[in-house]
Amino acid sequence: MRKKRWVPWVLVGPALLIIVLTTIYPLVAALYFSFHKYTLRRPAQFAIQIGENGIHIDWSLLSLNNYALAFSDSRFINSLNVTFWFTVISVALSVVIGLFIAVIVQKGGRLHTLTKVLLIFPFAVSPALKGYSWRFMLNEEYGIYDLLIDQLIVVPINALLSIVNALPLVEIPLISESIVWLGDKFWALFMLAMSETWGWAPLIALMFVGALGSIDEQIYEAARIDGANRLQIFFRVTLPLLRSVILIVTMLKTIFSLKMFDQVVTMTGGGPVRATQTINYYIHQIGFVRSLDIGYASAMSYILVVVLTVCAALYVSLVLNRD
Amino acid sequence: MTANTIGQNPSSFRLQSLKALETLALLLIIAFIMLPIIWLALTSIKPREKAYTTDIVFQPTLDNFRVIFADYTVIMNEGTDRERGELGRDMFPSVVNSVVVSGATILIAIPLATLAAYAFSRYSFFGNGVLLIWILTTQFIPAIVVAIPFFTLFRTLEVFGEPLLGTRLGLIIVNMSIVLPYAIWMIKGFVDALPGEIEEAAFVDGCNDFQILFFISLPLIRPGVLVASVFAFIMSWNEFLFALIIGREMRTMQVALMTTRGALGIMWELMAAAGLVVMVPIFFLAMFIRKNVVDGLTMGAVK
Repeated sequence: MRKKRWVPWVLVGPALLIIVLTTIYPLVAALYFSFHKYTLRRPAQFAIQIGENGIHIDWSLLSLNNYALAFSDSRFINSLNVTFWFTVISVALSVVIGLFIAVIVQKGGRLHTLTKVLLIFPFAVSPALKGYSWRFMLNEEYGIYDLLIDQLIVVPINALLSIVNALPLVEIPLISESIVWLGDKFWALFMLAMSETWGWAPLIALMFVGALGSIDEQIYEAARIDGANRLQIFFRVTLPLLRSVILIVTMLKTIFSLKMFDQVVTMTGGGPVRATQTINYYIHQIGFVRSLDIGYASAMSYILVVVLTVCAALYVSLVLNRD
Repeated sequence: MTANTIGQNPSSFRLQSLKALETLALLLIIAFIMLPIIWLALTSIKPREKAYTTDIVFQPTLDNFRVIFADYTVIMNEGTDRERGELGRDMFPSVVNSVVVSGATILIAIPLATLAAYAFSRYSFFGNGVLLIWILTTQFIPAIVVAIPFFTLFRTLEVFGEPLLGTRLGLIIVNMSIVLPYAIWMIKGFVDALPGEIEEAAFVDGCNDFQILFFISLPLIRPGVLVASVFAFIMSWNEFLFALIIGREMRTMQVALMTTRGALGIMWELMAAAGLVVMVPIFFLAMFIRKNVVDGLTMGAVK
C-alpha cells in the first residue's frame, strides 16, 4: 500500500546505526586486537598505521601467538572445562526443574495461581545479587541453606545409613555434616549452577506453561480413554508435543549459561583453586585484573564467540523450522 | 470429600493422596523460589549480632540501611552497651547512577526501537528478514567482547574534555548493545498484533506514512512501548559486567554491592540491605510486565 521506498530505511536507520556501532565495531576491533601483542601496560603498536603517506600495513606485527598461547595455557583449558560443566549442569537442572514446575503449576487452583505469580520473582533479582545471596546462604557457619541441607537431607540419610551399618553386612561411610560448599571444588561448581538454576528454572517454567496451555485438552482425553496413566501421558503425549519448545529453550539457556559472568565474581571469585573460573571470568581476569593483556583476552573471547556463533546458528534454525 | 468416603472408595483415596502430593510440591516450589528473597529481606533488618546466625527472632532495626546510605560514621545500637561506629557506605550516588544510566538508556533506546520495530512490522524492504534475525543474534555476543574494545576506546575518547571511561555516558552507550535488540523485537510483537485496517483507512483518507505512524499507530501501541521500556529498564538496572569494566568508579548499585566488603570479609547485613534497595523496585516493575517477560527474553520464540 505504501510506495515510498526510503521510509522504512529512515525508520530503521538510527537504531541500526547504533546496533552496528555497539556490536559490529567491538567484534571487528576485538578480532584485530587478538592478532596483536597488546597489553595495557605499555603503548601498543598496531599493524595498520595511518601516516602522512596514507595507510600503511605492517604485517610483521600481526601473529596468531595469542591463539597459540590459549591452547597451551592450562588455565584457559581449565576455564573451557569449567564452562562446559557449568553449562551442562545448569541447563539440565533449569530445564528439568522448569518443566516439573510448569506441569505442577499449570492446572487451576488458588495455590497454583499464587505460585505462577511468584515465578517471576527470581527474574527481578540481579545476577550479581543472586551470587552474593547464595554465597551468604551457603556459609558453613550461619548459612540457611547449609542448615537446611544438613537437617533435611544429610541427617535423615545418615540415620538410615546407621541403621544399615548396624546390620553386620556392609559398612557405608556417613556423609559429612560439615561440607564447606564453596570451599569444595565439586560443590562450588554445583552450587554456582544451582544459583543459576534458581534464577532460570522459574522463567523456563513460565515458558513451558504457555506451551502446555496450547495443547488441546482433547488429546489428553483421548489418551485417558485409551487407558494411559499419568506417567504414560506425560512421557508419551506431553513430552513429544513439547519437543520443539524444549529444544528451543534448551538452546537458549545453553547460550545464556555460556555467557554467564556476574555470579562467578560475587559468589565464588573463581575459586576454590580455579574450580569455578568460567571463560568469561578468566578473560576478565587476564584483560582487566592480572596481566592486562588485551590481545590475549581478545583472542580468548573470540574463541568464545565462535562457540556462541555455532549455538546461535542452531538456535535460529530451531526457531525458524519450528513447525 | 470426607474421611468416610475415602475409606469406602479406594480410587478417591488415591486421588486425595495425589492432591496432597501436589500441594506438597507446590509448597516446595514456593519455598525454593522465595527462600533467598525472604532471607535477604530478614537479614537486611537484623541487628549485626543476629545477622551471622540463622535465628529468625530478633529486634528489627533499620541500622543497616542507615549505614549503607550514610557518608559519615554511623553509631549503631544507640543506648546499649554494644554501641559502636560503622563507616557509612555512601550508596546514594550509586542509586542516582543506576537511575540515570537506566533511565537515559531507555530514553534513547525506546524511541529508536519503536521506529525500527514499526518499520520491520509494516514494511517489506530489501533484507528486512535477514536484518531482523541478525538483530536477534547480536544478543548472543558475549558482553566481554563488547566491553574490551569499548574499554580501550573510552580510555582515550574524550567527550566534554574527559575520557568516557568511568562516566555514565560511556555506560549508557554500551548498554545500547543489550537493550536495543530486545526492545525492537518486543515492540515489533506489539505492532504485529495491531490490525492493519485502521492504517489502511487512514491511508485512503490521505494520510502520509509519518502521519499514520505518529497519529494513528503510535498511540495504539503505547501500552506495548511502555512494557518494552520497563523490560529495558530492568535489563540495564541489573547489568553488571559493563558497570564493572566501563562504569568503574562511577558505580551503579550492582557494583556498589561489592563495597559492603569490610576488613573481615563481606558484611552480610549491609549486603542484604543494599540488595533490598537493588531488588525491591524491580519486583514492582517485574510484576507490572509479568505476562511479557517470557516473550521479551525469548524474543517471541516460544509463543
